[in-house]
Amino acid sequence: MPTALDLLGVLLILANLRLLGSSRLAACIRAVALQAVILGAAALLANLPDLDARVVIIAVASTGLKAGALPWLLRRAIRESGAVREIEPFIGFTASLLVGVGLLGLCFLIGSPLSAHVAAGSGLLITVSLFTTATGLLVIVSRRKAVTQVLGYLAMENGIYAFGMAFAIQEPLLVEMGVLLDVFVAVFVMGITIYNISREFDHIDTDRLSALKD
Amino acid sequence: MPFASVINVLLALLLAPLLPGVINRVKAFFAGRRGQPLLQPYHDILKLLRKGAVYSRTTSWVFRAGPVLGLAAAMVSLTVLPLGGTPAVLAFPGDLLLFAYLLGLMRFVTMTAALDTGSAFEGMGASREAWFSMLAEPALLLGLAALAVHTGSLSLSGMLDGLALAEIGGPGAPLLLLVAVAFGIVLLTENARIPVDDPNTHLELTMIHEVMVLDHGGVDFGFIQYAACLKLWALAALLTGVLLPPLSGWRPADMALGVALILAVAVMVGVIESVMARLKLARVPQLLVAASVLSVLALALVLR
Repeated sequence: MPTALDLLGVLLILANLRLLGSSRLAACIRAVALQAVILGAAALLANLPDLDARVVIIAVASTGLKAGALPWLLRRAIRESGAVREIEPFIGFTASLLVGVGLLGLCFLIGSPLSAHVAAGSGLLITVSLFTTATGLLVIVSRRKAVTQVLGYLAMENGIYAFGMAFAIQEPLLVEMGVLLDVFVAVFVMGITIYNISREFDHIDTDRLSALKD
Repeated sequence: MPFASVINVLLALLLAPLLPGVINRVKAFFAGRRGQPLLQPYHDILKLLRKGAVYSRTTSWVFRAGPVLGLAAAMVSLTVLPLGGTPAVLAFPGDLLLFAYLLGLMRFVTMTAALDTGSAFEGMGASREAWFSMLAEPALLLGLAALAVHTGSLSLSGMLDGLALAEIGGPGAPLLLLVAVAFGIVLLTENARIPVDDPNTHLELTMIHEVMVLDHGGVDFGFIQYAACLKLWALAALLTGVLLPPLSGWRPADMALGVALILAVAVMVGVIESVMARLKLARVPQLLVAASVLSVLALALVLR
């Protein structure tokens, strides 16, 4: 089983890199949704020997929410605002990829000693969860569009979910449900805000909002 | 050095021109045409070898040396490549660097020959080739480094043999997948294929490799085409070595499987060319950096 978990971890890293390297908002949304699916699969896989209904329900619910409902909300926000791609981010896409590799190396440095203390699951999971969180943070600070920033926020949430999963198997899933609810409300509110910003100002570039005059 | 290793090289020398033929047939199939005969590249090369060459007065020996040295480098690179579990003719620690830089030498002589013509057009092609190959090199070398660390061997033959021991479903699976994708992108770049370069186009703004060999004719151009086939074969052999380690342990069967896989790589290249458009020139570096990132990731996985 560790091999399959490792494979999912590598896929998660690749989804992160896709999020960093793509300029199309739709592709970024797909990358974050893919992360949620991978994490759902990993949660099921890690519990495989003694799979009970509770784990399945929690994993399916969180995956459905993060890979179905939230992307739908964000796609709607994109459609309403007419923004198709991220233009001129603060850190370019190729540069973001390189920064991402640097972060990945850092996460391997930090994660490897930590994963020595983890009994369950795959040793890669801690590193991957740190990297996912760092990627989310990088996306939040380096992009202009509000939608991409929300995606960074979601990626961070995915990272936290993976981190919880790496340490214990069942209890964090309960905590996760609470976090998920917060995230859902937050993204819901942000989706409406993005819509309103774009209707008011004809764009959703957050850095241009600072030049607002009364 | 077993006798089978020599067969290995002979197979490559004989069958390499088949690969462009296969690619063209696949593309024709996707376009709904019958396409040129499978053996057309052989006929093309033989026709070119029968012709004389014309040299411009502005060129020097560098221009004439380019195709010869390029073909020689491509041929020598085949001698360090194992195929289907059969070790290469030359196998020594560090031959992976020799392999990478023989391909590098081939590029270098092609570029200097292009620059030697004094044509601005060819200079532009050479500059682009240098730019892209510079970005493709880390992907290849870091991928090879990851494999070397994983198998504990510094020779291509030992490395791909070591992979045979690590079964496909084993702990090496994520690593092999990453390296295979990175090598796949390197293969497309190095052989001037879509999505990096379009081998069909002869428009000045879009071509990279084709433009550098525009002034070569006759025997020289035949050498260049043959060398390009060998290079495609070499990189495809490397890719298949990573993708599928020899299964049966019986040499002829493994070798046949290796050749079949190389042809499958050619089919894959044809499919990619049929379903994808060429990337914008400015987007190509991003693809190549992504390939390098995959190799770095593979290296990080083995070093962890």
